[in-house]
Amino acid sequence: MWIYQKKLQYPVRVSQCNPRLAKYLIEQYGGADGELAAALRYLNQRYTIPDRIIGLLTDIGTEEFGHLEMIATMVYKLTKDATLEQLRDAGLGEHAADHGPALFYHNAAGVPFTATYIQAKGDPITDLYEDIAAEEKARATYQWLIDMSDDPDLNDALRFLREREVIHSQRFREAVEILKQEQQQKHFF
Amino acid sequence: MKPPVPQEYDQWLEQLQTVDFVLTELQLYLDTHPSDPQALQQFRAWTERRRLIAGQFEAQFGPLEATGGARSLHHWDWVESPWPWQV
Ligand SMILES: [Fe+2]
Repeated sequence: MWIYQKKLQYPVRVSQCNPRLAKYLIEQYGGADGELAAALRYLNQRYTIPDRIIGLLTDIGTEEFGHLEMIATMVYKLTKDATLEQLRDAGLGEHAADHGPALFYHNAAGVPFTATYIQAKGDPITDLYEDIAAEEKARATYQWLIDMSDDPDLNDALRFLREREVIHSQRFREAVEILKQEQQQKHFF
Repeated sequence: MKPPVPQEYDQWLEQLQTVDFVLTELQLYLDTHPSDPQALQQFRAWTERRRLIAGQFEAQFGPLEATGGARSLHHWDWVESPWPWQV
């Protein structure tokens, strides 16, 4: 089970209302390499990964939900004071026609979230390579978002999230080495 | 109308986020290095620091988890303190 803590993992501040930026950021909310996909990917793989790696998948998967909340906070703060007209001018007219001011799990182009964004092959090394790739893709996405954003306050939180992907990738690489060592040890018996 | 969030809230929150960040980092590290005595010792020390800071935070601004919501016998505090995206 999970227990909710009433705080963000890292402060999210924005300089001003900016629905255009929110439209881009939603990529990390409901996009292929976003935080929802990450959380669901890792938590689902736990059931068939060797015991030694379950703790890591559980903890990274859980942290991803904290990141999802940070992205939602960014989108909320960037759009909460926007008029419908401003949303429309920022390219969010189609979004608003369906969802009004609400958030929704789709990518920056408006494509709804789908389970086909994530993989589970039941082969431990294959799944961990998938996870490493996912972290690197998320890191690259954060870099594009930082490059496109002109909001220094927002960029501070985006840089934090980018660095977390680097750490997650590193930990998954260590997990691969742990499994390789375990497999080699088995051959000696 | 909700009372405004006190000025010290941000400072206390950042202190809490800082210790929790250290703990998260140590936790993930220990997941792949479970027999590192130095990291275990650090984790223990920072857990104690966290307990103190979280206690002070909750005394001033309300519960971080719903289990702390019944400190008062007159009112359920959990629904009152600001939600993370509102501050
Ligand atoms: Fe991640």
